[in-house]
Amino acid sequence: MSLWEYANPVKFMRMADRILPVLWPLSAILLVGGLIWGFFFTPDDFRQGSSVKIIYLHVPSALMAINGWLMMLVASLIWIVRRHHVSALAARAAAPVGATMTVIALATGALWGQPMWGTWWVWDPRLTSFLILFLFYLGYMALWVAIENDDTAADLTSILCLVGSVFALLSRYAVNLWNQGLHQGATFSVDAETNIAPVFWYPALAAMGGFILLFIALVLLRTQTEIRLRRARALIAREVVE
Amino acid sequence: MMPDLGKYAFYVLSAYGVSLVCLGALIWGSFRRAAKARAQLAEIEARTKHG
Repeated sequence: MSLWEYANPVKFMRMADRILPVLWPLSAILLVGGLIWGFFFTPDDFRQGSSVKIIYLHVPSALMAINGWLMMLVASLIWIVRRHHVSALAARAAAPVGATMTVIALATGALWGQPMWGTWWVWDPRLTSFLILFLFYLGYMALWVAIENDDTAADLTSILCLVGSVFALLSRYAVNLWNQGLHQGATFSVDAETNIAPVFWYPALAAMGGFILLFIALVLLRTQTEIRLRRARALIAREVVE
Repeated sequence: MMPDLGKYAFYVLSAYGVSLVCLGALIWGSFRRAAKARAQLAEIEARTKHG
């Protein structure tokens, strides 16, 4: 079995139909469980007080905002190189999900920043690159809607996605590249020996798992929708010709 | 049951409120669009088959 099999829309639809009934409850359990655990059953931080509870939303949403764009980058590259329609449609399907994650990350960041930093917003490298990433999400979605021909839209949005990837990566590494600004470095890291205290880490891990699975489930569902809409447009075009 | 959020209650509750509204709207919108697309395609396929 090869991954490229799923470039076939029929096979992709079947695969998504099989996976989604498992993915929805799993993402709900992890997401709701992680958030309830974090909100109700974790102590206050000795310095940040109860505002630390925002971490269970802010970190997972920021994680998916950046990785959502990187997923779109991979799908766009597959479209550019191999011309598989499903990959272009998957990138299109992921954009509103990633944009929503970016809004959540920006909003929760502002709501966390005000009591901790004394300001809702600051033109810090990480915050600014994140805002630019959000604008790229908006531009990407607008470009898909603005162009009538699906293949041309896929070509142009793929190029936009490549350019926007610079800001997706910058928003992840801005803290390391410019040692200035209010935003701290990464709180969680896979290569760090210790993360934050386990009492905060485990619910955060559950919430991150929930956000990741929800993202995958939404992208699969929305890609199915895009495939159906594309087929509907093709049938209408054929009707008009006949 | 409700934890004492102290002076940060407004910020914490707003963060959870905004996030849940955004996620709810995204999930609801995705399912609504999926249902519409399914119905639209079924209607067009039926029309082209019988027409």
